[in-house]
Amino acid sequence: MSPTQRQRLLVVGILVVGIGIAATLTLLAFQKNLLYFVTPTQIKSGELPQQRQFRVGGLVVEGTVQREGVRVQFDLTDTANSVTVVYSGILPDLFREGQGIVANGKLTDNGVFEASEVLAKHDENYMPPEVSDALEAAKNLPDKLKGHPK
Amino acid sequence: MIPEIGQYALILALCVALVQTVFPLAGTIVGNRNWIAVARPATQAQLMMVIVAYGCLTYAFIVNDFSVAYVAQNSNLALPLAYRISGVWGAHEGSLLLWVLILALWSGAVTIFSRSVPEDMVARVLSVMGMVSIGFLLFTLMTSNPFERLIPAAVNGRDLNPLLQDIGLVIHPPLLYMGYVGFSVAFAFAVAAMLSGRLDTAWARWSRPWTNVAWLFLTLGIALGSWWAYYELGWGGWWFWDPVENASFMPWLIGTALIHSLAATEKRGAFKAWTVLLAVFAFSLSLLGTFLVRSGVLTSVHAFATDPTRGVFILAFLAIVIGGSLALYAWRAPQIRSRVGFALVSRESGLLLNNVLLVVACATVLLGTLYPLLLDAMGLGKISVGPPYFNSVFIPLTVPLAAMVGLGAMARWKKDNMATLLRHTRVPLVASIVIGLLLPLLTHGGYSWTAAAGLTLATWVTATTLQGVYDRVANKKNPVAALAAVPRGFWGMTVAHLGIAVFTVGITLTSIYSVETDISMAPGDQHDIAGHTFRFEGVVEVRGPNYTAQQGLVTVYQGEDRVTKLRPEKRVYLVNTNPMTEAAIDPGLTRDLYVSLGDPVGANAWTIRIYYKSFIRWIWLGAIFMAVGGGLAATDRRYRTLAKRSADAVEIDGATTGAA
Repeated sequence: MSPTQRQRLLVVGILVVGIGIAATLTLLAFQKNLLYFVTPTQIKSGELPQQRQFRVGGLVVEGTVQREGVRVQFDLTDTANSVTVVYSGILPDLFREGQGIVANGKLTDNGVFEASEVLAKHDENYMPPEVSDALEAAKNLPDKLKGHPK
Repeated sequence: MIPEIGQYALILALCVALVQTVFPLAGTIVGNRNWIAVARPATQAQLMMVIVAYGCLTYAFIVNDFSVAYVAQNSNLALPLAYRISGVWGAHEGSLLLWVLILALWSGAVTIFSRSVPEDMVARVLSVMGMVSIGFLLFTLMTSNPFERLIPAAVNGRDLNPLLQDIGLVIHPPLLYMGYVGFSVAFAFAVAAMLSGRLDTAWARWSRPWTNVAWLFLTLGIALGSWWAYYELGWGGWWFWDPVENASFMPWLIGTALIHSLAATEKRGAFKAWTVLLAVFAFSLSLLGTFLVRSGVLTSVHAFATDPTRGVFILAFLAIVIGGSLALYAWRAPQIRSRVGFALVSRESGLLLNNVLLVVACATVLLGTLYPLLLDAMGLGKISVGPPYFNSVFIPLTVPLAAMVGLGAMARWKKDNMATLLRHTRVPLVASIVIGLLLPLLTHGGYSWTAAAGLTLATWVTATTLQGVYDRVANKKNPVAALAAVPRGFWGMTVAHLGIAVFTVGITLTSIYSVETDISMAPGDQHDIAGHTFRFEGVVEVRGPNYTAQQGLVTVYQGEDRVTKLRPEKRVYLVNTNPMTEAAIDPGLTRDLYVSLGDPVGANAWTIRIYYKSFIRWIWLGAIFMAVGGGLAATDRRYRTLAKRSADAVEIDGATTGAA
């Protein structure tokens, strides 16, 4: 092998190994860590992603926020259906009744969503795109699928 | 009247930018020296016009001209002067104008600091920068005019977003933009080199200091953004893998790869084609970042109200820039020949490994950032990729990178001997394992093997880097003189690499030894955390210039001694009545005490967030080291003497200008 060939082989070797490792890591991490976004209506109809952890978004229902120490409970609606969310910790500044928020967590056996993270955005006019899409989708639901938002 | 002047100035700037783009480039093609000579004056004229426009908008903010829609939306009579000046870049239209201004400033700097570069090369560079300018000026004028009038004028403005009324915002965007836009210089040099067909090592030498300076600004900008998010968003985190953070981090990763690759290209003529490609990608990713932030496709703190026309415009612009430069690359790359051999053990190999790891790391970030957008766009469901993904991919990629840093810098160009290299690392290896294993014993939180691993890595980086310095002077007769003779470029590299060690200590210890709790406290309640007692004294109401606040008082004791009094606030601004949490922080080199107010519960109790953050300052300190390193390297005398030498050569040459 000439030095140039050896050098090319080296370059290609490093590239292949590097990209191979990266691709493996990426795929493994992807499988474990993708978070699906789900609407309250999808929860109601049981269309849940395989993973236990997922995100749910909607509007905080007026008059449902209850606090007990750092534990908070509230209902989240996409205007067709709603789901009860519990969260332990301090909520973001813009968490308010009627505000669009996204919660990250898992559904417990009794149908309550236990959030490990609650996101509200720092602009009062700003609605997370997922939430506005969810509201839009709920509007177009056939009536029989519409539950009664609590 | 003044806003109209600003508007005209912006339109004039566009016209001048057209001149700056067309004539110099045409001049280099047809060989007309008068046209080539247009480059510098046209660039400077464009800079003047943009400065006038920017000045007009700032003036409208200072005098509270609420007949300008942008001012009415982002300012207020009660807003302090400093925030009225920085409010210019507080929202979309103004920050775009700031972008245009900074691009004009970089172009202006090129006209001044490139006396040694051949005229035809300067002409091409300025012409390419003019093209970018045209794109952004058109974007500003067509979709986001900051001077648009509001008729009838508002009585009072809607105030600047309270989150942005902070010293962090005053400096974060300009620094970040200096970095983003600074890569346009490296990009312009690369494109100019491709256009001229002279892809020798000269263009690498010219663009090295520019790239270093842009990179140092980007480093500082990102670090500042991280620091700002830490104290202002009230979550106490320093990095969230938020898509917008990723948008600024990707050009940084590629920029870092570019700095290293440029070294190999300039010194050894290696990786020529690859370096050009990196320069194109660094700037393309800066543009992609702008697109992601400005188009509103992201769920993020930074996302502004959506306007689809803006998204489409930037996407088209992005396609032209990336498509155009890649087409040029495809045309020219086959002509590039890097006929330089190097052995398996050599500095070139080290730099190659560095580049592969950085580029792959960037690709994983890009995938994690764009994949959710892509799925959403194709209607395949809404997903998000959170910090666990990035952490589990990123850390395995960056640890070998850090481990190689000192070794790579120690290795010789072209060919080195593995045995010699290993002999030199014996002392650092033993030292770093011993120190790394012992250090966690000193911490309060109990022994952690992860901490030991992180500290070993940090000590290893430090020791091998210092060994590199030692090797330079060890066998010299007069070590002190030898030390003084070490060029600044080498010191820059050393300081930046030490920054990696400092940064590693910061993230390791913060992630392992930080303690965080959210609790509900009534006045008089105490809570113990990491050897500190936090006593909640109660909440009083205070008034600021344009807000009222509930101000809590938390006294911190360590045993009997009072450490500090913390006053976290929950502010409500008068106009934009959103509540805003202002955390109270007692900073220190080894720990931050961080308290923020949550919500009132019951009669007089509050939920309170108490953090003990170990060594978090080291994260930003590391970034400062890196930036200082970049600055040192950019001011290396070599660039000036090389520049002078090639300038002399041109004078001797007389008639021809393109001798370098």
